[in-house]
Amino acid sequence: MTDNLDNTIPTPCGAEGLDPIKDHFDLFHTDTYQDLFEYKRQFEGAHSPEKVAEIAEWTKSWDYREKNFAREALTINPAKACQPLGALFVAAGFEETLPYSHGSQGCVAYFRSHLTRNYKEPFQAVSSSMTEDAAVFGGLSNLKQGLENAYTLYKPKMIALCTTCMAEVIGDDLGAFITTSKNEGHIPEDFPVPYAHTPSFVGSHITGYDNMLKGILTTLTKNEKAETTNGKFNFNLGFDPYIGNIRELKRILNLFGIDYTILSDNSDAFDSPNTGEFKMYNGLTTLAETADSINAEGTFFFQKYTTPKTQDYITKEWGQKTYNFRPFGIKATDEFLMALSAITGKPIPLELQQERGRAVDALTDSQAWIHGKKIALYGDPDHVLGLIQFLLEMGAEPTHIVVTNTNDDFEAEARELLTNSPYGQNGTVWGGKDLWHLRSLMFTEPVDLLIGNSYGKYLWRDTHTPLVRIGYPIFDRHHMHRYATLGYQGAINQFNWIINTILDELDRKTIIPAKTDISFDLIR
Amino acid sequence: MRQIAFYGKGGIGKSTTSQNTLAAMAEKGQRIMIVGCDPKADSTRLMLHSKAQTTILHLAAERGAVEDLELDEVLLTGYRGVKCVESGGPEPGVGCAGRGIITAINFLEEEGAYEDLDFVSYDVLGDVVCGGFAMPIREGKAQEIYIVVSGEMMAMYAANNIARGVLKYAHSGGVRLGGLICNSRNTDREIELIEALAAKLNTQMLHFVPRDNVVQHAELRRMTVNEYAPNSNQAQEYAQLADKIINNKNLTIPTPISMDELEELLIEFGILDGDEEYQKALEADKLATAAV
Repeated sequence: MTDNLDNTIPTPCGAEGLDPIKDHFDLFHTDTYQDLFEYKRQFEGAHSPEKVAEIAEWTKSWDYREKNFAREALTINPAKACQPLGALFVAAGFEETLPYSHGSQGCVAYFRSHLTRNYKEPFQAVSSSMTEDAAVFGGLSNLKQGLENAYTLYKPKMIALCTTCMAEVIGDDLGAFITTSKNEGHIPEDFPVPYAHTPSFVGSHITGYDNMLKGILTTLTKNEKAETTNGKFNFNLGFDPYIGNIRELKRILNLFGIDYTILSDNSDAFDSPNTGEFKMYNGLTTLAETADSINAEGTFFFQKYTTPKTQDYITKEWGQKTYNFRPFGIKATDEFLMALSAITGKPIPLELQQERGRAVDALTDSQAWIHGKKIALYGDPDHVLGLIQFLLEMGAEPTHIVVTNTNDDFEAEARELLTNSPYGQNGTVWGGKDLWHLRSLMFTEPVDLLIGNSYGKYLWRDTHTPLVRIGYPIFDRHHMHRYATLGYQGAINQFNWIINTILDELDRKTIIPAKTDISFDLIR
Repeated sequence: MRQIAFYGKGGIGKSTTSQNTLAAMAEKGQRIMIVGCDPKADSTRLMLHSKAQTTILHLAAERGAVEDLELDEVLLTGYRGVKCVESGGPEPGVGCAGRGIITAINFLEEEGAYEDLDFVSYDVLGDVVCGGFAMPIREGKAQEIYIVVSGEMMAMYAANNIARGVLKYAHSGGVRLGGLICNSRNTDREIELIEALAAKLNTQMLHFVPRDNVVQHAELRRMTVNEYAPNSNQAQEYAQLADKIINNKNLTIPTPISMDELEELLIEFGILDGDEEYQKALEADKLATAAV
């Protein structure tokens, strides 16, 4: 055996003399690229840095804000996504269900990556792979082939079908197409294929969620209505990106001892355990449970404005009572638990009462840091309402509230909420506006804190307002979706994120020794 | 509630025939809503005594979204209490009129326009050219299709095409063909021809509406014949047609025919000449060309 005296790492073939491989954070700062960027300027017809800075400064003015708000035919960074995203999201919660997007490949690739980037989990969905001939001749043959292939290859128990813009513009009739596919034997007669028309140029992801949920319930509960109720309650969380919320809700219901069905339990679909073996389907709501949901005592919804059609359907077609709650923050969780207790006749478990005490304790510990802070926030109607309620409880002042996928009832409810609190007096609901509008708002009327999804980081960069990431999607931070925002535990989680963002910012602002760090305290 | 739709070649007189008939049906106590599915928005002109009412899509374009509309802004009440709504659509040559119809009908359904009615009548432009124009015959919409036709070849060709559209949806949904309505153009042997066509399509000629100038006179005054000349013979004709539609039980799945069969039918009735005649005409053309 010979000693290896040469301890140097061999240079890879062909890479002699090169530095270690740089990622793009460092690469573009090297002289090579910096020189290249400078050289390219002559071909770009670019304005001088002074001019660019001048215009950038102007975009912060009231003058620009007025022009920005006079915008009619253009949307910049809307705080919403398109319908099929919601449709696929809700479909993923059902047992061995394959979400299917009737349209071109690109659409379904977008939805899959959008979900995958948020959850860092694989997400399976198929498409009809429509191309130009399908646009001209209709998507029937693509759908027949697609259903047959998907059924044969992936062996789902249900295919949840939604459309895309292309199929909607050409007027593909899904109901007729599915019947034809069954008549011609591409899929078995009794194989459930609920469907929803989900054109993305109408509504948003929450509309698609509603349409698909209604489609699934309509299909699975057909002829399932029994003489008596099954004693259970249905729960629907709406387009709630926090899988921790589903688990928290189930924990609460188990503490109560309530028999329940979660309509679309997609918690495992977006957070499946890594056991070393790939499992394609992780929806936890069984088809049998769903079919029986028509016989429940009632259905609870946590997102009223996400589910108008489903609720209308449940009330009218099932003759079932629906309840609307938003158990986010202390007060709203109190209301939910007390109502749950009154409706089911079961007492509120001691454990939850103690959790309430701890949550209130936590809030009082740090309330001084958030009291009177001005907040800008954006998101879906129900999500925003939950946040406003919670912020008001803490004495924070919701100031700019942007909801792109707004509606009149929501705005009325939000205004009422603000009007009835001393902390809501300066709050404005900006319905139908986008994040570029919000940028103008934040420059002309600055706030202390921004609450939103990952897209808020561009507002953070421009306005230097600290950002708390609560919402969907969150692409640039990990694991947020695993936590609950619901109930007392959720209140503590959200509070934790909010308060510590404020304290982080305080440290950042007092970081220059002997200048800003007059009280760079260890204790906050 | 019965939902019916009028289809037929462009310019055949769908809007005129349907409004005149529906006015007569309203006179018999039927509660009716007309849904105009034509970008020209002239399906309700005779009922409302005005050209082009405010259409759903026109208002939607103005407001930015169809959600911003209220039903009573677009649903007007016309002659004899008939409810009138027009989908409207894009300017000629731009956009997608088919999608416009889908949007408009969805809006009406969501807003609950389909309540307290005996009849909903869709007046659809021309041929079933794309998925959008088939919207009224999708599942849950019009179950009875009436094709307005005349003894002219292209009108019959269009009728056959529409029958193909109906057949496509007949097996998956519940749509049926209610019959052909012959809006006479005074062509040769028109009644026999349309009856023969109806037989081939497995349907009936529901009514033969004779040509009468009173229709034009009424139309000039933006009225139906039922209103303008209630005692005229033509008003009686529309009243008969109204009865036939109200009592129509003969709803069938059509059996559209091939282009060859249609031509044979026309030859049989002397509208087109047979192959022999055709060859002779070709020869004559050739000779004439050679001579020059």
